[in-house]
Amino acid sequence: MAETTQVQKRPVFRNIHITQIVGYRLPPAGIVSILHRVSGVLMFLLLPFLIWLFDVSLTSEITYERFTSTFVAGLGFLPGWFMKLVALSLIWAFLHHSIAGARHLWMDMTHSVSKQQGHLSAVITLAASVVLTLALAFKLFF
Amino acid sequence: MTDKSYGSKRLVVGAHYGMRDWLAQRVTAVLMALFTLVLVAQLLFGPKLGYERWSAIFSAQWMKVLAFVAIVSLLYHAWVGMRDVWMDYVKPVGIKLALQVFTLAWLVGCTGWTVQVLWRL
Repeated sequence: MAETTQVQKRPVFRNIHITQIVGYRLPPAGIVSILHRVSGVLMFLLLPFLIWLFDVSLTSEITYERFTSTFVAGLGFLPGWFMKLVALSLIWAFLHHSIAGARHLWMDMTHSVSKQQGHLSAVITLAASVVLTLALAFKLFF
Repeated sequence: MTDKSYGSKRLVVGAHYGMRDWLAQRVTAVLMALFTLVLVAQLLFGPKLGYERWSAIFSAQWMKVLAFVAIVSLLYHAWVGMRDVWMDYVKPVGIKLALQVFTLAWLVGCTGWTVQVLWRL
């Protein structure tokens, strides 16, 4: 049993601490999964901001101006470009959450889940959400 | 398995309530996706967007109903999702309960506000 002493010690994660997260090497499917949560929580927290935008955009023509000026003149002490970045973060969150959700539904319905398919669909999800976000960022800023 | 929902052999635990939330999260997601597609379709085709056209989209009675379905779906969907997040990451029972109460109040408040905006149009 000489070999057993030679076995390299592998890291064991139990009662995972938040500081260990930086040392993780997640596969694409893992990145999609955690970003699905992050994007969901982000939209949950910014929901009142979205509803406020919805409110001022619909109430009257005067408040509609308030809606458009939010992304030009800004909101309170926050400048317009920053509000555009907030909107862009919500756009990314919505796109990623939707595409990752569609991926879930597809896996639920087809039951055709293999390591390769999971890897490929995760890469597609990440790429599609980033490309669409960049396209909308271009429309938002230029 | 017995169908009895009363008496000493009543089923109080099991996979059924997880299954209900799992299914509800998917059904509500599809409803919100449907609302999004209908809204985007209306935004893409038509003249330049301004207050007139934007408010006209949400003034249609069928659109008010669809938007209402979407916001109620969001209430349930986000409740299931946030509850999962709290259950996974927060261990102390008191803090977990407080966060769940906050989530419910936050979501019910947001839903009420949206309904107010929709129905005074």
